[in-house]
Amino acid sequence: MEERAAKAGWALAVATPSGKERPLGTPNVTMDSFFYRFRNPLVLIAIVLMQVIALAMQVQRPGKDADVPASARAMEDAGSAPDGKHVSLLRRWMVTAMTPVETAVHGSSVKVRGAWGNYVGLVHTRQQDAQLKQEVARLREEEASFAEDAAQGRRLQTLLGFKESYVTSTVAAQVIGTSGSERSHVLYIDKGSEDGIKPEMAVITPDGVVGKIRDVFPHTSQLLLISDSSSGAGVILATTRIRGIVKGTATGQVEINNLTADSRIKVGEPVVTSGGDLVFPRGLPVGTIESIAPDLLHQPYTEIRIKTAANLSRLEEVLVITGTSATLPPMAAQDAAAAEATQEANQRAADLIAEKLPSLHPEGEAAPGTTAAGAVGADGKPVSDDPESQVGGAVGYINSGLPRPKPAVHPDKFTPGTVPPAAELTPGAPATAPQTQQKPQEE
Amino acid sequence: MAERSYTSREELDQYGFHPGVTVMAPLVCILLQAMLPKTFPWLIHIDLPLIATIFFAVSRRSPIAGTVTGTLIGLFQDGLTNHPFGVDGIAKGVVGYVAASVGFAVDVDNIVNRIGLVFTLSMAQSGLLYVIAHWLLGDVSYRFLPVVELISAAANCVVAVPLFAVLDRFRLRD
Repeated sequence: MEERAAKAGWALAVATPSGKERPLGTPNVTMDSFFYRFRNPLVLIAIVLMQVIALAMQVQRPGKDADVPASARAMEDAGSAPDGKHVSLLRRWMVTAMTPVETAVHGSSVKVRGAWGNYVGLVHTRQQDAQLKQEVARLREEEASFAEDAAQGRRLQTLLGFKESYVTSTVAAQVIGTSGSERSHVLYIDKGSEDGIKPEMAVITPDGVVGKIRDVFPHTSQLLLISDSSSGAGVILATTRIRGIVKGTATGQVEINNLTADSRIKVGEPVVTSGGDLVFPRGLPVGTIESIAPDLLHQPYTEIRIKTAANLSRLEEVLVITGTSATLPPMAAQDAAAAEATQEANQRAADLIAEKLPSLHPEGEAAPGTTAAGAVGADGKPVSDDPESQVGGAVGYINSGLPRPKPAVHPDKFTPGTVPPAAELTPGAPATAPQTQQKPQEE
Repeated sequence: MAERSYTSREELDQYGFHPGVTVMAPLVCILLQAMLPKTFPWLIHIDLPLIATIFFAVSRRSPIAGTVTGTLIGLFQDGLTNHPFGVDGIAKGVVGYVAASVGFAVDVDNIVNRIGLVFTLSMAQSGLLYVIAHWLLGDVSYRFLPVVELISAAANCVVAVPLFAVLDRFRLRD
């Protein structure tokens, strides 16, 4: 060290505490000794300062884009927008360095799990097959029943000039990695620009909304979850039809915090996308309201916490929505037409059965297929006026389609018609003895 | 004389690493940090790159090397997030500097000292990240959650002890 000091001519000054003893106390040497003595903190300060400046340059808000409405911009923070050119390049290098390894590891684990899953899965395949067939049959029935409502909805939308967007194409992708930071709710998927993925595309699972694409690389993409503090989406509360903005928090929660207290909003109410953010198509499930509490930091707003429909912490596969259309996609239109046809066929069958089966009608009205002169049965013969031969339930009761019961021989308090209607009863009054037989056939 | 003694202590305890280890160990830590939470979400609370930063800083006992190592690891971490570059870079750079500086004063081969160092620096990093996010970036939604940070720091200590023992095997005396 002393050799180095002699060589440099300044180290002795560093070693001596008093300024009077510095033989080489020229200003230049003093400056050198200062930098050498404090080189460690100076390097730290320089590095930190450079990064602070870099931070300041990166967090500049993007310019106002004419294509993006102000309402959509208000839902997002800078962290959800794609990076600038130079930052994006730097991020691309780092992601490119990491994702091949992630993809390889993920692929191996999928193969191992797939092999094991295939083996175990065969055990219950037949049973599952039967269950699935039953499920398909049930869903077909449900589809037919919904078809009428859907057709009516479309007619109303056409009348109102409402623009709906239907999902026409999706790309399935697998999650290969995370950001590795608890403050950044970002995932990496194994599809990139070469698969048709672009920034701002919505990402969903069959359960509901997951997030949107933030950065796109050739073979991978960065998926920003809706639980990230920089993400946002326009939503509607399904029951009350109140519009809001759902945002993530730093702790990974999903909240609506731009609504004031409203007694109509209840826990458990479903939340769906509104389509107002121009990212997520309208009507996708986001989740359900988990809790409602006053937002202490932003009075008088409420903090409505959402339990997401999709399990964001255990995502394996996702669907990237690559295309939407104002009209129903051909396949969906075909399904809707088939469902409507099924619905019409069901309706015709129901009408035929209703025509053939005799039923009760209010006094004075003629049943379908009958004349005012007398009722005609399904076989064309006149129906007897005998009360015991009539069907359709007792007078004053909903028409059940079943034959009228014969009057009870020994009526008691459980016999229909023996107890007066609830409106005529007095609370606290003593119970009366069973009334005498009231023939329901009295007309 | 005091300075000569100090220098001797520094030289006595200074270690170096093979360049491959210097590059690969932090990269493996970052890779594991990015991959493991996908399967085990609770592992997101453990910060493997932070542990690597502390280990290399205290082993080299050079504040400048600690700062540079921490900054590079932090910047790499930033590259995988949606945050601007520099958030983790600043935090880990400062942690590397402090770890290397503390390495002069205490025996960092002692397991108790290692646990104390990792725990303290984990909390310090959380505080730095809060300052950067809340004050530099203006993210008012960012909250310092003491209980969560304490649990994270404790988890880091649990992982750091065996990880330090593994990495000790790659140390080379300068």
